[in-house]
Amino acid sequence: MDSTAFRIFVLCFLLMNGFGYGQSEGMAFIEGSRYIPLYGRDSTVVEVKDFEIDVYPVTNAAFIDFVREHPQWQKTKVKKLFAEGNYLYNWKGDFELREDVDLRSPVTYVSWFAAKAYCECQGKRLPTIDEWEYVAMADKKMRDARINESYNQQILSWYEAPKTYKNSIGQTEKNYWGVYDLHGLVWEWTLDFNSVLISGESRKDVDKDSNLFCGSAAIGATDLMNYAAFMRYAFRGSVKARYAIRNLGFRCAKDINNIE
Amino acid sequence: MKKAIVILTVLLAFVSCKQSNSGTGADNMVLYECPMHCEGDRLYEEEGSCPVCKMDLERVKPDKTEKLSQAVIPEMSIFNLSSTWTDQNGKAIKFKDLQGDVLVMVMIYTSCKAACPRLVADMRNIEARLSEEAKNHIKMIFVSIDPETDTPARLKSFAKENFMDDAPWMFLRSTEENTREFAAVVAVSYKEISPIDFSHSNIISVFSHNGEMLFQQEGLGVNSDNTVNHINKAVGTLKKEL
Repeated sequence: MDSTAFRIFVLCFLLMNGFGYGQSEGMAFIEGSRYIPLYGRDSTVVEVKDFEIDVYPVTNAAFIDFVREHPQWQKTKVKKLFAEGNYLYNWKGDFELREDVDLRSPVTYVSWFAAKAYCECQGKRLPTIDEWEYVAMADKKMRDARINESYNQQILSWYEAPKTYKNSIGQTEKNYWGVYDLHGLVWEWTLDFNSVLISGESRKDVDKDSNLFCGSAAIGATDLMNYAAFMRYAFRGSVKARYAIRNLGFRCAKDINNIE
Repeated sequence: MKKAIVILTVLLAFVSCKQSNSGTGADNMVLYECPMHCEGDRLYEEEGSCPVCKMDLERVKPDKTEKLSQAVIPEMSIFNLSSTWTDQNGKAIKFKDLQGDVLVMVMIYTSCKAACPRLVADMRNIEARLSEEAKNHIKMIFVSIDPETDTPARLKSFAKENFMDDAPWMFLRSTEENTREFAAVVAVSYKEISPIDFSHSNIISVFSHNGEMLFQQEGLGVNSDNTVNHINKAVGTLKKEL
């Protein structure tokens, strides 16, 4: 009897230890900090708390498993409100990919709703823009590599490279945090992609946005030299949650303290 | 053995309740299900959240599902959203509960000093131009983008200050996540720029009685002729169906 109790105790201890401190499988721990993103709160510093993020983007293979368990996200069953007609365009059916599509490639042609549901069903969530940009400003050696000219050059040269969405995950260089593929594979959904308030009007020199957006004066960019980041924000500002796009995938994130 | 049979029967009753909507045997029981069906067709006896995806469990109503399956919800309807909202009286509602009225919705936050008062004025102007007949078939809804500040009590006092505490007016709030999702559906962008200030797009959306988006008016103080026309047309369609 005693030994049973002891075993249970040990088991509980192991479990708690695992949940409390251990890193989640396939995720990297990101130590939070304050930084200045291109479009911050009050246009300046934002605070990112400690969190975990998937090491790789979600693959076609993983998404097949997901739709098997959650039929409402299958290609033929998804509601139009949650995904436009292009949803999983490169799949042949509900569980099969087209011949030229790889299981180890990132899943693309997914809507924000589908990406969000996928993460929630894994007990995770999509990363916020601030979190994503925070992890993505690292290069191999530095947490914030944005001052390096080569960092920006490299990302921009990827933006010019064709069809990178066909590559497998994990082929780009691992960054400071141990995270792959933030640049060089696909663009990724963020939880609050619809917090970007730039419209077509932003391209004009007159501030016409003030009619469309309340408080738009406060959302000027901090560093217009960061052209790569500007492209990402502009892209986020131009998509809608139902959109399913060829080179847009996602990965999940998780708060550190939500499992204690 | 007897126990096993009883359990099996109960299980079968649940299953049949869920799948055929006939509801025999489980009529008096209130059951809940995960809107994402994270654990398949598992039903829960108590209100709460799904142990897997943490979403609010939804009540399974046999007779209601039957009625709704007759009046099919279109795929593009906002009634497909499973989020739960609280109105200014603290009452919990889902968008589906609003089925049957033409909906006019706008996202604001009550501490906003810039555009929101003008959006409120725009909504009031639209309402003033509708016939008494039409007013019986519409809901004019404000959805808060700042659920933390905009508690039901706060919404209530805002409603009273603006003389909007009665039908057709309605104020809603939900979790931050549900708010983000609703904004995504109506293509409203918003961003917290300080604890009490948000940037947001100024969009008034009109939905049919089936929850399908019919029209969006963008911008402040714009001519709302088009919006009013769309509302009147939607009310006309609704009355034909009644």
